[in-house]
Amino acid sequence: MLTITSIKNGIVIDHIRAGLGIRMFYQLGLDKADYSVALIMNAASTRLGRKDIIKIENNVDFDVTMLALIDPNVTINVIEDEHIVHKVKPDLPDHVEDIIKCKNPRCVTSVEKYVPHVFTLVNRELGQYRCQYCDEIYTVGKD
Amino acid sequence: MLKGRHLLDPTDFSPGELDEIFDFADQIIQSPAQFNHLCDSSILATLFYEPSTRTRFSFEAAMLRLGGGVVGFSEPASSSVAKGESVADTIRTVACYADIIVMRHPKEGAPRIASQYSPVPVINAGDGGHLHPTQTLTDLLTIRSVRHQLTGLIIGCCGDLKFGRTVHSLIKATSRYPGNRFVLISPKELRVPDYVTADLAAKGIAYQEVERLDDVIGNLDILYMTRVQKERFFNEDDYVRLKDVYILNAEKMRLARGDMIVMHPLPRVGEISYDIDDDPRAYYFKQAKFGMYVRMALIAKLLGAS
Repeated sequence: MLTITSIKNGIVIDHIRAGLGIRMFYQLGLDKADYSVALIMNAASTRLGRKDIIKIENNVDFDVTMLALIDPNVTINVIEDEHIVHKVKPDLPDHVEDIIKCKNPRCVTSVEKYVPHVFTLVNRELGQYRCQYCDEIYTVGKD
Repeated sequence: MLKGRHLLDPTDFSPGELDEIFDFADQIIQSPAQFNHLCDSSILATLFYEPSTRTRFSFEAAMLRLGGGVVGFSEPASSSVAKGESVADTIRTVACYADIIVMRHPKEGAPRIASQYSPVPVINAGDGGHLHPTQTLTDLLTIRSVRHQLTGLIIGCCGDLKFGRTVHSLIKATSRYPGNRFVLISPKELRVPDYVTADLAAKGIAYQEVERLDDVIGNLDILYMTRVQKERFFNEDDYVRLKDVYILNAEKMRLARGDMIVMHPLPRVGEISYDIDDDPRAYYFKQAKFGMYVRMALIAKLLGAS
């Protein structure tokens, strides 16, 4: 059994769909962190079967929106003195700029580099965003 | 109020605003000479980053028939674009000289960028495999003239539905009118993009995706044919394999209703046999004529000249 100690003060990102933890880890820049960080992959989960977890021993500020765009079902637990003092469920924003990149090779954003990648939420239930320029659909957790 | 507006997407204008354009186009068709000086001293810039014959000629003829002038390029190699100029900079410069800009671009969404930097109206004349809203105005005016309605129609779209920007625009525009249903006829590889079917599903509009034209042609009010466009493919093999899959001929037309109309944005490259050109249900050449008149109406409205 893998044992990772609980953290005293910091943040635990829980219920990450297995396989997406590493993407979140790099997106948050945790590979460059100078404080204790743990990425747990494929942990057993009653709800998900398998899940990833990220534990951060530091009260960092980060963009919750960005986490929602990778996996909207994560739970963010804020820890103080080894207790959860706050739980956050990130919500999908209506409008995102320069967080998602358009993957359509024919989209104008692939050549006009000064143009921001702008996406608008079109279906909250399915987590679908649409590129402002070419209408390409980005599905959260799949793309 | 259409003066000063951009046309980037076929749904940029409300059905009421489209009627305003169509009504004006009808007036021009009745008496074209009456409008010969409507846009005297105005200049249209045509920025064609991709080859075009009929769309460019249609826009240029429309402006000249309104009394205006035309400047522009028909291939980027002969412009500052060849030096690597951005769309934003090209537009800011051209807008100093022209009163209205028409842009065709191989990249999807380029006219939207142009509109963000332009103080004058920008018209999308086709962006990659995305949209072609002025072809849609042409198509709607044609349907309105023949069927006298834009509602309650069964519209079949056949051929390259993946890269066929005219089809994407037509579906987007006609799905706003009540009672229209869609039959999407194509090989699996060339089905419409997900965003098109997502839109239809979100609006609760009935559509079916099928592979054989023969099976459904008898149900259609409108058959919109498209060519398989070589320039949209990343490799030659796929193009050769799919280009002749859906050919409309006299034999298939015998299965169609007597009041069905056949439309095509042109040019055709074999997907409609010449043997049906004289069939009274073939409307594609009449459709081309409507294109110039509707562009005259559009230019005049965006310039506030009518």
